[in-house]
Amino acid sequence: MLEKVVIANRGEIALRILRACRDMEIKTVAVHSEADRDLMHVRLADESVCIGPASSLDSYLNIPAIISAAEVTDATAIHPGYGFLSENAEFAEVVESSGFVFIGPKSETIRMMGDKIAAKNAMQKAGVPCVPGTNEAISEDMDRAKEIAQDIGYPVMVKAAGGGGGRGMRVVEAEEDLVEAISITRNEAGAAFNDDRLFIEKFLQNPRHVEFQVLADEHGNAIHLCERDCSMQRRNQKVIEEAPAFGITPEQRATIGASITEACRQIGYRGAGTFEFLYANGEFYFIEMNTRVQVEHPVTEMITGIDIVKQQLLIAAGEKLTFIQDDIKIRGHAIECRINAEDPYNFLPCPGKVTHFHCPGGPGIRVDTHLYNGYTVPPYYDSMIGKLLAIGHSREGAMTRMRGALHEIVIEGIVTNVPLLQDLMVDEVFVNEQHNIHYLESKLSS
Amino acid sequence: MDIRKVKKLIELLDESGVAEIEIKEGEESVRISRGVANNQVMMPQVMAAPLAPAPTVAAIAEAPAAEAQDAVPSGHSVNSPMVGTFYEAPAPGQPAFVEVGQSVKLGETLCIIEAMKMLNQIEADKTGVIKAQLVDNAQPVEFGQALFIIE
Repeated sequence: MLEKVVIANRGEIALRILRACRDMEIKTVAVHSEADRDLMHVRLADESVCIGPASSLDSYLNIPAIISAAEVTDATAIHPGYGFLSENAEFAEVVESSGFVFIGPKSETIRMMGDKIAAKNAMQKAGVPCVPGTNEAISEDMDRAKEIAQDIGYPVMVKAAGGGGGRGMRVVEAEEDLVEAISITRNEAGAAFNDDRLFIEKFLQNPRHVEFQVLADEHGNAIHLCERDCSMQRRNQKVIEEAPAFGITPEQRATIGASITEACRQIGYRGAGTFEFLYANGEFYFIEMNTRVQVEHPVTEMITGIDIVKQQLLIAAGEKLTFIQDDIKIRGHAIECRINAEDPYNFLPCPGKVTHFHCPGGPGIRVDTHLYNGYTVPPYYDSMIGKLLAIGHSREGAMTRMRGALHEIVIEGIVTNVPLLQDLMVDEVFVNEQHNIHYLESKLSS
Repeated sequence: MDIRKVKKLIELLDESGVAEIEIKEGEESVRISRGVANNQVMMPQVMAAPLAPAPTVAAIAEAPAAEAQDAVPSGHSVNSPMVGTFYEAPAPGQPAFVEVGQSVKLGETLCIIEAMKMLNQIEADKTGVIKAQLVDNAQPVEFGQALFIIE
């Protein structure tokens, strides 16, 4: 088993990783910026190392500082969490070449999945259904591009190979807009991702976002932990997630599940990962793969009983998965609400001191947060301060519990999006399973 | 209280003839006594928590600016710009770059901080006299940790 893990992240996920390490008696090193000395996991860790000033670039994104901290503490492995360097292939490579275990897939895998064209090719080889479109990077030949778009059928989406997470993409409604869209997107992509390759896909109107969780070990075993619906989004940021996805049949689950575990085996995937799909008209369409643990992993943990972060640690230590696909059963329905330190309706971030924090509880409630009474939310990082989760026997039951928890939770001293979450938990469209990825934005703008 | 500090206290106990050391820092205290068979380290006192959310802190690790009992001398603090291992000399066995009491000029090398097999020379950012050296040779240092005081 890994002896000592450097937690190269902050906030609630750092605390989550610390708790998993603690459960397994793995020693922990909390690396943190100067602004994060008072983070809960820093106080709880066995050792801590300040790695830089507040700015993320100089701390949580500072590869030499993190490696150095691992060296001076004699650590065994580094867990990158999510965001920051978690999907940085170069970081994964440096970690391994410096003699540490990177808790995640191999750097080549991260690199391949980061290239959306290469990812799509790998998926198609494994039989994972993809969004209709081209896998070739479009050239300077605009006539050829027009041909491709016509074959796909408008509206289409021009996408950057180096993009992802909603970045580097543009919708094109009709042929007359195509050339300009390609030009602008290419420019953006070159600047943002240092990779100006583009490809074209069909633009799906009003799909749902349904993603599947996988776990794969170094011995060729890969299983899936079913799916999550994350359609309640604003500006490509998820607000509410749930598992399982309503309306998905066991047959659909088994079919997609089989194709993605096959993909894992073919690409030699290692660790936890998520296959993201758009779901429209009863069909799944692969868009991208996230090669890290995700924010919303707890909803999957709650319905399957599998501790995903612990599995990451076990897999990184070279252990075999101790369960097979047939062992994975869904029990109940879980919902997650992301709690952000921001105004519920204008979304302006609201850092500051939490003067009073009361955590909800009771059966079926889970809270993953680094908040405590007197904690000051710093202004330098993203605004998510915690996740509130509820599980019930049914989706109805989970929503009822969530409403209760949203009513019970107290966070004073800063403004949070709890009022918006309360609003959404009784929203007719959400309650009646009628929403898709555009719903929340349209509701907010009306 | 930093694990490294506790380690140092144990070393101190070993080297001296002292039977027991107790250190208080704010609301935390550590007592280390020489047991019969081996040294017993008492866990730091834990604050009682009235509510679940308030953290019961087992150990707060802070950038140790100085040993608990010594006051930090006044003057300009030269802080580490990086994480690494502090070395006071250019190579093992060679004399240290600077000594306490020595005059240094702006830009003069004070020490080396090693990280990822690279040796980085840390320069004085002020002209003056070295009043104190706050870290030991081969000690790990973190970003912002005070290394020297220059007056």
